Amino acid sequence: MTEKILILSLVLFSITIIVALFRIIRGPSMPDRVVALDMIGVTLLSMIAIVSILLKTKAFLEVILILGILSFIGTIAFSKYLERGKIIERKSDS
Amino acid sequence: MSVNPILEWTGVLLILVGSLMSVVSAFGIIRLPDIYTRSHAATKSSTLAVLLSLLGAFLYFWAHDGFFSIRILLGILFVFLTAPVAGHLICRAAYRSGVKLAEGSGDDELHHVLFPDKKDDDSSNRSSTITKEESLL
Repeated sequence: MTEKILILSLVLFSITIIVALFRIIRGPSMPDRVVALDMIGVTLLSMIAIVSILLKTKAFLEVILILGILSFIGTIAFSKYLERGKIIERKSDS
Repeated sequence: MSVNPILEWTGVLLILVGSLMSVVSAFGIIRLPDIYTRSHAATKSSTLAVLLSLLGAFLYFWAHDGFFSIRILLGILFVFLTAPVAGHLICRAAYRSGVKLAEGSGDDELHHVLFPDKKDDDSSNRSSTITKEESLL
């Protein structure tokens, strides 16, 4: 019974990912796509937690932490690029 | 076998509630009109969804295996700290790179502060004056 509920939650999370993918394809501006990508990363995090429950293993729990960190860094890099035009700025040595 | 079935069921139900919240967030991201309201939906409710499902996974592992997973707790803390910051940064980047507000939104007071040398012929300002006139009428 718990297994069925977990599979139902996996299906609901994948519906979320499909809808966010629709927003990525059809987003009118670039920040729309970045917001949807961030949402996909966060949703993938919880899907990994559910899959590691279903497979009865503890080996995927590092992946949750690492994926959270990578999604955050990616979103920050994209937003800095959209705002300033470059990601890592040079020193003002002129 | 399961050590504590009540705690285990609590974890599974938390995961289910989290997935329902995530579907609500998906409807928000597909139905709302502009980037700012979309980011409102995506940031808040999807953060709550991932917090609920990670807490459910933590409770399940604790009840089922007797395994106190410190990594899931660190993941919960990290997502709770960083998701609003990411939403704020991407909204600020969207505003400063000139993404328009939706039609019929209210006064845009930040526009005069950030871009003081622009004329008032943008669509956001026009919609705000329209709403002002309508409120006067």
